Amino acid sequence: IMADDKDVLRDVWFGRIPACFTLNQDEVTEREAEPYYLLLPRVSYLTLVTDKVKKHFHKAMRAEDAEEMWFEYEGTPLKWHNPIGVLFDLHASNTVLPWSITVHFKNFPERELLHCPSNSVIEAHFMSGIKEADALKHKSQVVNDMQKKDHKQLWMGLQNDKFDQFWAINRKLMEYPTDEGGFRYIPFRIYQTTSDRPFIQKLFRPTSPEGTAHTLGDLLREMYPVALPTDGEPKRYQVVIQGIEPLPETPLQWLSEHLSHPDNFLHICVTPVPSD
Amino acid sequence: MPVSLLWAVDVYGRVYSLSTAGQVWEQCRDAQMEFKRVTAAQQCCWGIACDNNIYLNIHASDLPVRYQEETYENQRWNPVDGFSERLLPSDRWQWSDVTGLQHQPLDNFRLPSISWEWEGDWHADENFEGEPTEKGGWTYSMDFPATYTKDKKWNSCVRRRRWLRYRRYKAMDTWAKVIPPQQTMLPDPFSDISCGGWEISDEPSGRLSLWAVSLQGKMWFREGINHHNPEGSLWEEVPLPAEVVQISCGPGDLIWAVLWEGQFIVREGISRDCPKGTSWAVVDSPSPDVAATHVAVGMNVVWALTKDNKVWFRRGVNSHNPCGSGWINMVGEMIMLNVGLNDQVLAISCEDRAVYFRQGVTSSELSGKTWRSVVSDVESDTDKGSLDGASHLVASISPISPESFVDAPTDHSEEPIDTPKARIPKVTSDSFISELVSDREPGKTTREDGLSGPAVLEEEPIPGEEEVEAPSAGVAISSSQSGRPIDPQWSNVDLEEAQGQTGAVVDSADTCSLSSVATYTLAIEDQYGADEHPLWAWVSGGGCSVDSHSQLNWFNCSMNASCDLSVTPAQTAAWRKQIFEQLSERTKREMDNFRHYEQSVWVKKGTMQWWRDWKPHKWIDVHFALEQFSGPEGNKDGILFIYYNFYEEKKYLHAFINEVTILVPVLNDSKHSFAIYTPERTKQRWPIRLAAATELEMHDWLALLSDSCCNSRGIQGPPSKQAAWSVTCKGDIFVCEPSPSLEAMPYPTPCDQMFWRQVGGHLRVVECNSVGIVWGIGYDHTAWVHTGGYGGGFSQGLASSTDNLYTQVDVKSVYIYENQRWNPVSGYTNRGLPTDRYMWSDASGLHECTKTNMKPPSPQWTWVSEWAIDYSISGGTDREGWQYAADFPASYHGYKTLKDFVRRRRWARKSKLTSTGPWQEIPPISLIDVTILPCAAQSSVDVVPLWAISNKGDVLCRLGVTTLTPAGFSWLHVGTDQPFKSISVGAASQVWAIAKDGSAFYRGSVSPQSPAGPGAKMYCWYHIPSPGKQKLKQVSVGRTSVYTVDENGNLWYRHGVTPSYPQGSSWEHISNNVRKVSAGPLDQVWIIADKVQGSQSLSCGTVCHRLGVQPVEPKGQSWDYGIGGGWDHITVRGNSMEPPRLPSLTAPAPPSPLPVRNMEVNGNAVGC
Repeated sequence: IMADDKDVLRDVWFGRIPACFTLNQDEVTEREAEPYYLLLPRVSYLTLVTDKVKKHFHKAMRAEDAEEMWFEYEGTPLKWHNPIGVLFDLHASNTVLPWSITVHFKNFPERELLHCPSNSVIEAHFMSGIKEADALKHKSQVVNDMQKKDHKQLWMGLQNDKFDQFWAINRKLMEYPTDEGGFRYIPFRIYQTTSDRPFIQKLFRPTSPEGTAHTLGDLLREMYPVALPTDGEPKRYQVVIQGIEPLPETPLQWLSEHLSHPDNFLHICVTPVPSD
Repeated sequence: MPVSLLWAVDVYGRVYSLSTAGQVWEQCRDAQMEFKRVTAAQQCCWGIACDNNIYLNIHASDLPVRYQEETYENQRWNPVDGFSERLLPSDRWQWSDVTGLQHQPLDNFRLPSISWEWEGDWHADENFEGEPTEKGGWTYSMDFPATYTKDKKWNSCVRRRRWLRYRRYKAMDTWAKVIPPQQTMLPDPFSDISCGGWEISDEPSGRLSLWAVSLQGKMWFREGINHHNPEGSLWEEVPLPAEVVQISCGPGDLIWAVLWEGQFIVREGISRDCPKGTSWAVVDSPSPDVAATHVAVGMNVVWALTKDNKVWFRRGVNSHNPCGSGWINMVGEMIMLNVGLNDQVLAISCEDRAVYFRQGVTSSELSGKTWRSVVSDVESDTDKGSLDGASHLVASISPISPESFVDAPTDHSEEPIDTPKARIPKVTSDSFISELVSDREPGKTTREDGLSGPAVLEEEPIPGEEEVEAPSAGVAISSSQSGRPIDPQWSNVDLEEAQGQTGAVVDSADTCSLSSVATYTLAIEDQYGADEHPLWAWVSGGGCSVDSHSQLNWFNCSMNASCDLSVTPAQTAAWRKQIFEQLSERTKREMDNFRHYEQSVWVKKGTMQWWRDWKPHKWIDVHFALEQFSGPEGNKDGILFIYYNFYEEKKYLHAFINEVTILVPVLNDSKHSFAIYTPERTKQRWPIRLAAATELEMHDWLALLSDSCCNSRGIQGPPSKQAAWSVTCKGDIFVCEPSPSLEAMPYPTPCDQMFWRQVGGHLRVVECNSVGIVWGIGYDHTAWVHTGGYGGGFSQGLASSTDNLYTQVDVKSVYIYENQRWNPVSGYTNRGLPTDRYMWSDASGLHECTKTNMKPPSPQWTWVSEWAIDYSISGGTDREGWQYAADFPASYHGYKTLKDFVRRRRWARKSKLTSTGPWQEIPPISLIDVTILPCAAQSSVDVVPLWAISNKGDVLCRLGVTTLTPAGFSWLHVGTDQPFKSISVGAASQVWAIAKDGSAFYRGSVSPQSPAGPGAKMYCWYHIPSPGKQKLKQVSVGRTSVYTVDENGNLWYRHGVTPSYPQGSSWEHISNNVRKVSAGPLDQVWIIADKVQGSQSLSCGTVCHRLGVQPVEPKGQSWDYGIGGGWDHITVRGNSMEPPRLPSLTAPAPPSPLPVRNMEVNGNAVGC
């Protein structure tokens, strides 16, 4: 039996990355801090799901020594405003699990990270993502037609890890007129480790003017041609979405509907193939 | 949402229906005639056929259409003969109506039409005012007319008895001709028809307004249509300001019609007392130069078309302003429009004659968003009585009788007969009608012209087809087969009329395109070819229950992603397969080995309000936390904390999750609140009451806490077959897994320790049996069957089954009272005495309730109607809904007397709640009670007796109920002479029931083989006298025990019930203050107690368990008190687990005195 497309949505939603949080050695502690193990939801945000981590390490520290918590992986500060899955796929996709994350409580890297004083900051960031995506998909028509409580439900669904609650509203954002074959533009972001640019984001339609469906390959050819393998040469880049590598012939509209993060963007990570 | 039908007629006059659950148009094979137009209601569909007669198709229902005829036999006593038929000359007729004024012998009663049949013979009614009479059903009096009693006295000089006979409408699911009126004032045939008006009044049940327009532009209203008289009684002409071409009647009080001149007229003055309305107002065409051609109205909307096929939406239409305020031009070019239920809009497009559905019509956006094309697929089954080609030639849907083509093939050369129908050419030359029925194509028209008229066409042999078609031609009944009507059943157009029209047709054929419909029949076979789409002429959504939330499969491709779900190349494509494989690898790699990471202490915090424990009680802000951890046996457990400030000091209150017995949403019109009980709190009648800031937050917490409670007790999955079910007065549904010792003697599990978990959905009544069949009834009387799932409602997938959950909608009315006092100067006014109640109040008069300040019962409910006078209040009302009394508060009556100084009337407004739960609707009959045989079935295919009472009081027996098919498949109607209200079937198939008048009945000879008893005849009911003149209201029958509850809250036990004398001998009083009783298969007895003895304020809705019930002591001894207040219903009929017996213990526990509980307001947390 062929699996249902709805199962893809569930798999995407319930994806978890095992992580081991260890306290940075330079932090001043009163007693030894044990590492803390946690399953991180791929589609959520670091600062949204690490209350327990903070509490765990606070126990080992004096209150005055603990400033705003931030995370780092192999020297790279982890940007909480990117979905956890994107951080992992971009920086750690070839690591041994669990993903080892270092926890810091001082020397906040002001130039690299945004502050996150409360969950309302995450909410605002998340909602602005949804609105931007809908501006691309439907000229903001769907998101503007929603009631405030629908917006709240999207956020609460994410915050409380409620798939049904989230999708009851999100499915409206995934609708499109039948005769148009897809959204107006596909909301996507392409991340890379080899550049200082945060990401590539341009206007790209799901179908060609002739009406044929655009594929992931079409998008990359336009946006980031080196990511595509050339005939006869070994593959140099991995193109990872939600921890998997879809084939280049996968239709972009389908990817946007099924592999987007809750912020409605298709986050695409391009990383070099590991050399070994 | 139950399955309902969209009706349509194609340009050949074939009638089709499209089910809300289907995706293919099905041809109505029964229509032996071609139809011009149809108009649907939920229970039936009306149509005008080509013979110009009106046909009615009543959808078969398990509830028969049945009419009770009655007549009275009157006798007088004389010393010689005793009582005899010899009456005094001044007396009434020997057979008369109830008043005695009308002579009514038995053989005067005739069936009204061939669609009816008698159900049995006349019989005497042996019941009188809820009491059984002596043999023969005679009631006695001193003289006519006077008060009758069932007992003969010394001065009883006259007697009478009532005779009954039932007739039944038999022509279900077929197009039956509505007998043309004997009246001679219908000179011309009908050209348009529209039904509606069912929302105007519930009384009498099934009332409809049917409007028709004749070819001459006259308008007619059908009087007297209701459930018992579905055909109506007579046509009444409605005066018009000008000639009408088309009419549309909405479900409520909107009626618009289009005039020949191109304006609209709008009916005014429609009310419950006057569904026909009183006058017309004129509304101009939307566009000054273009005439209006068509109108379609709904509950609150008016859509229209103009001659240029533009679509218009009327702004500002409602009951108070039926004319509306302005026109808005909408997208699309349509040829016909129809507004269905819920103001949903259907249209037939000008371009391709496809049916379009208006997407996105909601109560807040009545104009909708876009037009979506409805499937064009027509069922491809070719052998279902297809119509032959020849008949298609006359399958014209022109508004002119096809007989005219047939009867007089050469008449076209004659002069039109000079009759009053000389005006018809004007009718037929109207371009609207001709556009409606034809898309004349020049080439084909030429061909038609070349064949010199349709009558010749009909006889033109089609080479090569004649032989093929011959067999079916012999079968299909067609009025045109042999060139004249051959089926007397279907043809009744008299010659004069036909000829008159023939002239008209020929006339018009020369001048306009009217008959060009026939051009289609030349080109197309009786079924549409594979790539051909049906060409629609008319559509009616009046019976089609869809709204903006409905999941329809009508569209060729859906708007959302599920579009891809049909098997397409995409589904089997390599890229897709690869994504599935990679995702499953990802799960293995990233998750499977790390699941143990989750097992740690887990805290969820939030802020809430708490109804504080100390006085003065009020809501205070608190911090709330749930700490969960893995218990010693690996099961999850938790503690909940409430942190509050007590005089600046920080304190907290806590409860162990494994001690929580229930989390129950509380009825509150402003706060989102719920109560938490533990056994201790149940004893105190003082739950922890909390309120969340938003509904979403409350549901989040409830879902989380409920999941946590179930985890701590190791309860998961669907309810067991033994489970007890209960319902709060808020409609929330709870289920409890009984412990094996729940019914143990002498130490049963205390009632307050029972753990109840919520099941999604909203019900008023739930009943079950021990094989796991569970039925429910909503506040709107909809019947529901449990799907075997669990969760839903607030649980948002957290502890829910993945399937078996459906949307459930319930509707209930909110009532307020308008009170007035009489004064000599101005009569009744809204100025009361200073001591009077509020002039707008609740039923008690103690609280002010106005139309504006009244809110729906809780934030989950939304208003779905406006305030309307409620005429169905007990005691009756006058025509304006008033009830009169000497003073407040008193007993009210529906007529004014000299002693009445106050009056009141009740206003009702409907509110709607939408939830999800493991319930599936069982349409279409509404129920007020249901009962299921409590004992175990032998196998999953054994039929389980299930009885119910419809909301009209009919007794019904469900056929085909098994554990595999708990919904059964149809109702069997069981005859009774009076309406019933409660029913219960015991473990030995004994059936007891309570009539609406409060009397009890026992039904003999019920066996599993014939669940409804022999012949389902009314004689099987044995009338059981009520206890001490009390009116009974509910009955529950266990294994052998029979318990009833009366209207004054007394619980009665039936004494002397034995297998040889199952009726029992007498009633014994057990308890007072009882609202409901449930007797189970172990003869266990549970009740909902309204008051606990000695208390005033702990007033209602506590679950109680009868202790000490055993075979030698079936009545039990005392009550144990469980969850409540605020409970409305319980059933323990699933629990057939024999408790462990302790043979050494013989001395029963001493009857515990009824505890006097803490009388705080919180005792009724749920809020009744």
